[in-house]
Amino acid sequence: MKFLLELQSEEIPARMQAAAAEQLRTRFVDALKAAGLAHGAVTADATPRRLWLIADDVAAASEGSAEEVKGPAATAPAQAIDGFLKKTGLTRDQLEERETPKGIVLFALLRREGRTASEILADVIPQIIRDFAWPKSMRWGAASQSTAAPRWVRPLTGIVALLDGEEVACEAHGITSGRDTRGHRVHAPGVLAITSAATYLDQLRAAHVLASSAERRQIIATRAAELAAGAGLSLIPDDGLVAENAGLTEWPVPLLGHFDPEFLSVPREVIVLTMRTNQKYFALSGADGALAPAFICVANLDATDGGAAISHGNQRVLSARLSDARFFWEQDLATVRAGGLEAFLPKLNDIVFHEKLGTLADKVERVAALAKWLCESGAVPADPAQAEQAARLAKADLVSATVGEFPEVQGQIGRYLALAIGVEPAIADAIRDHYKPVGQGDVVPTASVSVAVALADKLDTLVSLWCAGEIPTGSKDPFALRRAALGILSILIANGVRVKLGPLSGRLNGVADLWISAHFEERGMLVHDRENPLKLENIEPIDGVTPAVLTFFADRLKVQQREAGVRHDLIDAVFALGGEDDLVRLLARVKALQAFVETEDGTNLLAGYKRAANILKAAEKDGIGEPANGEGEGAEALLAAALAIALPTAKQAVADERFTDAMAALASLRGPVDAFFTDVMVNDPDPGIRARRLALLARFRDAVHGVADFSKIEG
Amino acid sequence: MTKPLSFQSMILALQQYWGAKGCVILQPLDLEVGAGTFHPATTLRSLGPDHWNACYVQPSRRPSDGRYGENPNRLQHYYQFQVILKPSPSDLIGLYLGSLDAIGIDRAKHDVRFVEDDWESPTLGAWGLGWEVWCDGMEVSQFTYFQQVAGHDCAPVAGELTYGLERLAMYIQGVESIYDLAYNDAGVTYGDVFLKNEQQFSAYNFEAANTEKLFQHFKDVSEECRALVARGLPLPAYDQAIKASHLFNLLNARGVISVAERQAYIGRVRDLVKAVADCWVEQGK
Repeated sequence: MKFLLELQSEEIPARMQAAAAEQLRTRFVDALKAAGLAHGAVTADATPRRLWLIADDVAAASEGSAEEVKGPAATAPAQAIDGFLKKTGLTRDQLEERETPKGIVLFALLRREGRTASEILADVIPQIIRDFAWPKSMRWGAASQSTAAPRWVRPLTGIVALLDGEEVACEAHGITSGRDTRGHRVHAPGVLAITSAATYLDQLRAAHVLASSAERRQIIATRAAELAAGAGLSLIPDDGLVAENAGLTEWPVPLLGHFDPEFLSVPREVIVLTMRTNQKYFALSGADGALAPAFICVANLDATDGGAAISHGNQRVLSARLSDARFFWEQDLATVRAGGLEAFLPKLNDIVFHEKLGTLADKVERVAALAKWLCESGAVPADPAQAEQAARLAKADLVSATVGEFPEVQGQIGRYLALAIGVEPAIADAIRDHYKPVGQGDVVPTASVSVAVALADKLDTLVSLWCAGEIPTGSKDPFALRRAALGILSILIANGVRVKLGPLSGRLNGVADLWISAHFEERGMLVHDRENPLKLENIEPIDGVTPAVLTFFADRLKVQQREAGVRHDLIDAVFALGGEDDLVRLLARVKALQAFVETEDGTNLLAGYKRAANILKAAEKDGIGEPANGEGEGAEALLAAALAIALPTAKQAVADERFTDAMAALASLRGPVDAFFTDVMVNDPDPGIRARRLALLARFRDAVHGVADFSKIEG
Repeated sequence: MTKPLSFQSMILALQQYWGAKGCVILQPLDLEVGAGTFHPATTLRSLGPDHWNACYVQPSRRPSDGRYGENPNRLQHYYQFQVILKPSPSDLIGLYLGSLDAIGIDRAKHDVRFVEDDWESPTLGAWGLGWEVWCDGMEVSQFTYFQQVAGHDCAPVAGELTYGLERLAMYIQGVESIYDLAYNDAGVTYGDVFLKNEQQFSAYNFEAANTEKLFQHFKDVSEECRALVARGLPLPAYDQAIKASHLFNLLNARGVISVAERQAYIGRVRDLVKAVADCWVEQGK
């Protein structure tokens, strides 16, 4: 049997439709499984005004089931037997007596009758509707007199439930199911009675509703590209925008519009953003790749005039928006031409970065000092003065009129304004790129000035907010410190920046420390919060921050490297040695370690190490005692000799950062270690010999620990 | 439609339409407000169990939006047409679309769209779910199902429709500047009526308003509001809260409220509105 479920509602937000369709499908499949009703393929999809689902090959009824329940012994007290009868709902003569090793035991055979698909669906549908979880839901209408009224994303207006064309009668949220739906608001405004699941899609199509979101997306993408080509232009592809428009239309009709080329003086990003975010238009480019003064909007109907009025209306709206944008842009240009980007800086004093950490102007000061120091210390090969200058200007555009109106283009606008007044391109680029990488997959800055400012900005964010107690916990990370840490890692690794985070975070603490004490000494309280002076003792002790921040980095590193196939236990193994706060070196070490432990030598050596570590652990509890003289003989002497070579070799290789060589030195121990465990008994009756052998194992363990803490390695 | 509706005819058509649907046609609130939502016919009446259907024009002031009459799309004083229906009727979208038909928008030729927009007013402590209504890409109305007002759950939920009258009229009349709108059918334009207002009030909002006195007024009306709530007079108290809100908007336009202080001021107004609403709801029980 073929089943159709359609849940009609007022317009569902575009961004929620795909997830809602999937949720409907999952809930339906789960509910049928729980009810024991077999079915074939299940498709679910959405339009702005409906969620729908079609299930093929639904069984006519659920299978009956039989379950056997073991009860008390036949000789059990009457009370126990009565309890069992009550539980199973049977009578004594319906129970079966069965011979078991423990004597005669009572068994109940419970049969559950199969139910018809229609009965099951009538139960399942209201349950799905009641349990449905929307990102945001609401009450409406007369029923909302009660705050416990039914909730849906917008008012639920109808339910169609048809099984092989027969109505499945049920009720949910005050709505009775049936076969009536609605077609397109303009093209087919009346009631549309659906015949069956088999005719649903075609009936809707005839009523100007394309129920398949994939088909709507495809029409939008194809038709938009055709329109662009027809005008000698190319569509700038934007899958997100295709999906959004498909979620706003039941009958998508792309239309071409134009705008005055004079607006092209406004930065491209602002124009594209206005079109995309505010108006949901596609941007177009000319043959040279430059932005074209044209757009494509997607209407929701075949207009009687072919779309001329719609196109014209949209052009007017865009033109008004672009006039506004140009007004802001020209105002900003005038500001920087008169006073440079510095003209914006005083206003940063008015923006609070964090109540304990002062304003954005304070942050800029810290970042500038840090960016300069990163270059002076040699960590980043950029001119310290240039990096400091770039850091000072990096946040200037936040108070520009254009960014005030279009916050998403922060950085971009600063760069354009900088270039317009002849600021060095390296500085201008750093203004734009210091926010990067914004997430995983985003471009990581590589130009040295950009690297210095991006690192300084993120390090300051991470450490200063950490000092202020904004430490991420669970799902709470309001200041996106995890993202900042990941960004720092990506920049360090991509650019091979060698910086020791230990002293560095000490220095950052120093910066925060200096800043905080300056404020307290001068004013005895934070200047912008006169009513609630902040006491020094309320601030996280600075000393506690460094190791915690390093651990935080290690955790982020594990997350980040997981995708690259680097094992988290190996990162732990290197980190556990302590003292490794140069992440570039750490990663090189981890990679060499991973290559090694995945060889046969590595696996065996790890086994040998674990065995040695276990023996030592047990022995060290009671004390090892005084070792006897000499090196022993046979395998014991061989291992001692091998260690005498391997230990210094591995140590030197680590010091030289030749990690593969360090692993090779460890590998040379594998044979002697295996032989030692085969031939030598550690727990010799002579306590001196035993102690000597234990000391040998301890030296082996130390040699391994020179490379990594193998106890952290899994397997 | 041969000749598009003038500004005043459009208002009359909307009143006619909603009046025929059972709405009380109210007149504007005689106080400065930022939006039609502030009218007690919406805020206070959306609270409590009583049924209530009303519509009205509300002059609205947003001091920061003033452009000295030089921007064809922005005004510091403009008109909203407000409809409030409690409980929200079952085909509110259909009713709304009917009102567009009534003012001459041919929906077979124009693209009317409902785009997600969850409304929230931090000053009123209110939120709801709904849409911006777009006509050929232009936002012409705000459509909201009120869920909470002044921190109280709306029970039942009211449907609120807010039409941006100037935008809608520009759209219907096909003019590029607000000031070119036909105000009536006898040759009077919107500019004839309001251009001087925009010029003078922009100067007042941005330059002339005496901020020291405004701060004092803010303090005074806040105290008055509290005192009236204490005496169990929520309606006069609400007037004072509205005044506080507008005084805050003026101070904001004058640029004398820092970003940090902004939230605190919004919070103070919200607290006043909350106190009034608590009193109102208590008395309605």
